[in-house]
Amino acid sequence: MKRPVQSSLFHLVLLAMATTPAFAQEKTAPTEPTVEQIVAAANRVGYYQGRDGRAQVKMVIVDGQGRERVREMTILRRDQPAAAAGETAGGAKVEADDSYCGEQRFYVRFKRPADVDKTTFLVWKRPGEDDSRWLYLPALDLVKPISAADKRSSFVGSNFYYEDVSGRHIAADTHELIETTKDYYVIRSVPKDAKSAEFAAYKMWIHRASSVVVKVEYRDDKDEVYRTYEALAVDQVQGYPTVTKAKMTDLRSKGHTIVTYTDVAYDLDLPEEIFTERYLRQAPRRYMR
Amino acid sequence: MMRAVAIGWITAAAALAQVPELPAGLGGQEPEKAGEPTLPSGLGGQEPGLPSGLGGGDEAGQHEQQADPADEPEAGWAERWRFGGFFDVRAGARTQRDPYERDASVGEARLRLEAEGAFDSLIARLAGDLIADNLQRGWGPDLETGEGCFDLREANVAISPWSTVDLKVGRQALTWGTGDLLFINDLFPKDWVSFLTGRDTEYLKAPSDAIRAGFFTDLANLEIVYTPRFDPDRFVRGERLSYFNPILGRRAGRDAIQDPLVRDRWFEDDEVAMRLSRNVGGYELAAYGYWGRWKSPAGFDMTAGRGTFPRLAVYGASARTQLAGGIANVEVGYYDSRQDADGDDALIDNSQLRGLIGFERDLPELAHGLTAGMQYYFEAMMGHDEYLSTLPSGGTARDEVRHVVTARLSKLLLEQRLRLSLFAFYSPSDSDAYLRPSASYAIDDSWTAAVGANVFVGRDQHTFFGQFENDSNVFLSLRMSF
Repeated sequence: MKRPVQSSLFHLVLLAMATTPAFAQEKTAPTEPTVEQIVAAANRVGYYQGRDGRAQVKMVIVDGQGRERVREMTILRRDQPAAAAGETAGGAKVEADDSYCGEQRFYVRFKRPADVDKTTFLVWKRPGEDDSRWLYLPALDLVKPISAADKRSSFVGSNFYYEDVSGRHIAADTHELIETTKDYYVIRSVPKDAKSAEFAAYKMWIHRASSVVVKVEYRDDKDEVYRTYEALAVDQVQGYPTVTKAKMTDLRSKGHTIVTYTDVAYDLDLPEEIFTERYLRQAPRRYMR
Repeated sequence: MMRAVAIGWITAAAALAQVPELPAGLGGQEPEKAGEPTLPSGLGGQEPGLPSGLGGGDEAGQHEQQADPADEPEAGWAERWRFGGFFDVRAGARTQRDPYERDASVGEARLRLEAEGAFDSLIARLAGDLIADNLQRGWGPDLETGEGCFDLREANVAISPWSTVDLKVGRQALTWGTGDLLFINDLFPKDWVSFLTGRDTEYLKAPSDAIRAGFFTDLANLEIVYTPRFDPDRFVRGERLSYFNPILGRRAGRDAIQDPLVRDRWFEDDEVAMRLSRNVGGYELAAYGYWGRWKSPAGFDMTAGRGTFPRLAVYGASARTQLAGGIANVEVGYYDSRQDADGDDALIDNSQLRGLIGFERDLPELAHGLTAGMQYYFEAMMGHDEYLSTLPSGGTARDEVRHVVTARLSKLLLEQRLRLSLFAFYSPSDSDAYLRPSASYAIDDSWTAAVGANVFVGRDQHTFFGQFENDSNVFLSLRMSF
């Protein structure tokens, strides 16, 4: 009978096609990345791209009643020590070991609102330990070290916490890959020390191709989502996928903060010295724009 | 046969489902799971519907001073200079009658204008207050005391002639030392009148006319401040605050306004202050030196019947570090009263040893935005026996050691719009105290309203805080920043 033979042949061809290497997955990863590798890559893309970086940052804070407040600042960031081995002389970066999540230094100089113009904030981030923080108040010419005990309090009145700005230590939580979709790795994370954060768990959607964290849902101990982070726009800057617009929403208060990053630059060769008291008093103008 | 076909077909389908290029429909997968985020623009997904010019909607209503740096060719005049300032209205009243003072403790409107010019190798800053003050002596401006219709706050130029040297020349605010509203090695001029009558904390620091030079090396940092003409504190004279007058033996105010002998010779009545600092293993260490004069009148000229500023040298050191989630600090300073080394001159303050130890920490365990701090401070008079032996009869004797403890508590509320703060000084040896409660509310990014009080209590009238008991006041303010 002709038809059954034809359909058998069709099925056979189809099966053959399905299993020949030409039709195998383009990404010939011998193994899927582990959840630790996925989270480490997201951490690198989120906080550790380039040896250092600069951005002009604007936060628009909208509260539950729709009232707006604006914060504008310049942020300089430097990784300590300079990022992992494998860098070529031309600065083209060979893939760093994604398990790197070391110390960093942040210099944050405010421009707006007017009453905090030139107020500067310096952080020496130490994952797993207490950070060091300093505040410079220009009207008093006062450099003041401040307590870093509170990582999860609002950064300058926004819906972002200090820990969101500087990065939460990835070893502080246990991570589990709960789903892999076409575009995302979906990870569920639970803090190892329940007292270290106000959330009971959070769920991250990490873009598979770029390792950018596209969405985070924070869940309370009733497993209800009370806070969300969303990356709204991503640009390629010097080859690094960079989130240039993001939103943090507090579902309880119905307020949100939208942060935009402009004039982003990496690998500026920022000297380590900038992140010291001297430059709190006098901004390192060369690197600020 | 049919079953083999079916199995083959299912296997094929399963194999095909792994291939990303094929449309999601094939292989039986749902297009999007509930809750799965849409890809942001830039990651190959749908546009999230932003207006053109990312974030363009957010910038409506913002007045940007600077040009877009991407297309800034050569900074013109408008880009070099930035302007700002505030308008501040403040009113305060005593909470009790004071026989020597008016009921109002502060009543003024200030317009602060600031300009900063950034040039290739230097930055120039100019800032001043235009003042309408209900309580002022007269309209004529006095550049030294800040009285009158104008107070010049800043007029300086900052340059870095070499990579390891920073210079700032002119009128500027200067602060160092580790104490919180307690000063041992910070001999820069302070405005006690503003501090005690409810002006903004910024006004505690009176501006200095000085040259500040900083030398920054890997070994240590050295900062030297040379003040060519003595800058005294803006101390309590009696015009706005009553104080204990030792000659009269009682509280006095506008009936006995202090008018000390001024030290105003350029380069002869000068001051040098120095700080050498270095970070060692997480400890910020510093050594200090000061050669100049007592900043508030600490001597008396019997012939002239006026106060004087005797010569003073201060040698001190401090250490500060992170500890237990907070900041711990310790500081000492020896005040060498040069014109009364033996301590037997009744008209000049004796030498002193001062020390403090402090700790401040956020308390997230209790609440977010909660900070607490405590300090213990002492002043030990050198040559106390000599002091007692030369004390005029009927004079009230100061203790050999004055102890002070302070406490600071502050809390941020309402998404950091409201700041509640309390700072308290208490002297167990003097039996007096000074409380500074305040609340400030950010109405929006430009407007801030504040209310506060300065409360003085004391058993005696001659002690440092007790003398101001009739000056206890409450105040209100409204500020618009631009």
